Amino acid sequence: MPTSLEPLLREHPFFREKDEHILQLVTSCAENIRFSAGEFIARQGEPADEFFLIREGRIALEMPAPQGGAILLQTADEGDVVGFSWLVKPYQWHYDLRAMTDLRAFSIDGRCLRQKCEDDPRFGFLMMKRFSKLMAEQLEVLRLQLLNLYPGPAKPPGE
Amino acid sequence: MSALLHTPDGDALEIGSMLPEPYVVESRKEETADTFTITLRPAKQGKARPFAPGQFNMLYAFGTGESAISISGSPDEHHLLVHTIRRVGTVTSALDRLAVGDSVGLRGPFGRAWPMEAARGRDLVFVAGGIGLAPLRPAILHALANRSDYGHIAILVGTRSPEDVIFYDEQQSWRNEPDVEVKLTVDRADQQWPHNVGVVTTLIPRVHFDAPNTVAMVCGPEIMMRFTAIELAKTGLPDESLFVTLERNMKCAVGFCGHCQFGPEFICRDGPVFPFDRIRHWFSQREI
Repeated sequence: MPTSLEPLLREHPFFREKDEHILQLVTSCAENIRFSAGEFIARQGEPADEFFLIREGRIALEMPAPQGGAILLQTADEGDVVGFSWLVKPYQWHYDLRAMTDLRAFSIDGRCLRQKCEDDPRFGFLMMKRFSKLMAEQLEVLRLQLLNLYPGPAKPPGE
Repeated sequence: MSALLHTPDGDALEIGSMLPEPYVVESRKEETADTFTITLRPAKQGKARPFAPGQFNMLYAFGTGESAISISGSPDEHHLLVHTIRRVGTVTSALDRLAVGDSVGLRGPFGRAWPMEAARGRDLVFVAGGIGLAPLRPAILHALANRSDYGHIAILVGTRSPEDVIFYDEQQSWRNEPDVEVKLTVDRADQQWPHNVGVVTTLIPRVHFDAPNTVAMVCGPEIMMRFTAIELAKTGLPDESLFVTLERNMKCAVGFCGHCQFGPEFICRDGPVFPFDRIRHWFSQREI
């Protein structure tokens, strides 16, 4: 089993909690990938058979806009984890992923990891906890985005 | 010697602090569709009144009224006063109609400043929401002009859309300063936008600073500052190292009239910059 990625993966914030069990099992499903700026990494509706740990660069999460083109929903940078659809049926991407810059990342094979979750319930539970936290954080961020944090005052103070 | 006025707390104020001085518009610049910057010089010869980063002036549009406006220029520029203003009401619209050479009345500067002296030797994190970058800009410019006095500097800016970003070119130039990180995010953008998308709080984990040895200065709508405080606390930043600036209806600007009361504080006199732990309780009160 190739383990050469382990030292690199260990540096990623996803493994900040230093759980060796998770590190070893994720490493066995990991691949080092590169994309050039502008390339699509995943498309809406396609099978979500992986998630990404960004090492360097920026990814845009986009959806087609009603008036054409695309709307940027969010961006993800170095140290971020992108994608949880690999863990949730029907395992499909719900948005496009596009490299905004040249990108280096780890691609983690979702099918491989799902099988390991099935085989090792402790590992499965740890991954569920890790990704539930990620989903909760994403939900919080989107709620804040909906709140419109920077509204202009109806009138300035004093007027 | 100027006459003094005594506040109920026993503080002495110059009578002159209630009397607008004439200033002249030296230049003006459009920042966004509803925001502009005017540079003022004293109508009489001499330097503009010195100020500290974070203080504000009362600008008087003759015949219309007066409004509290943060100073957005460098405190090291002694001849001019710079104000960045969003056009949303009667007075700010009148200020917007001023042309180069027109006169404006000015009282100030007023209020407590950002803790630039106490922050010496420490990392700095600036978090700005929308036009909140304007009151932070003097502190940023001062830190950049005195670079060796401070550690790492992180500047985080969030706005609704790319069209709402102020000082965009200047932000790009700040990126070139040594040991300075600048991150810009908007709530929504099209594919041409090269920076981040998401709320400004998402930028906090993306920058590097030594939390126990950092001073954070935050300016924006109160809801944004509340969530920013939560996110900064997760990094280990001590409560006493977080400073925010507040806005309220300011009339007298010297703590007499009570229009800007915020709990037990008068924003004009006790603020507008506050240590967050001093006003934390009032931040979560809906009625305040």
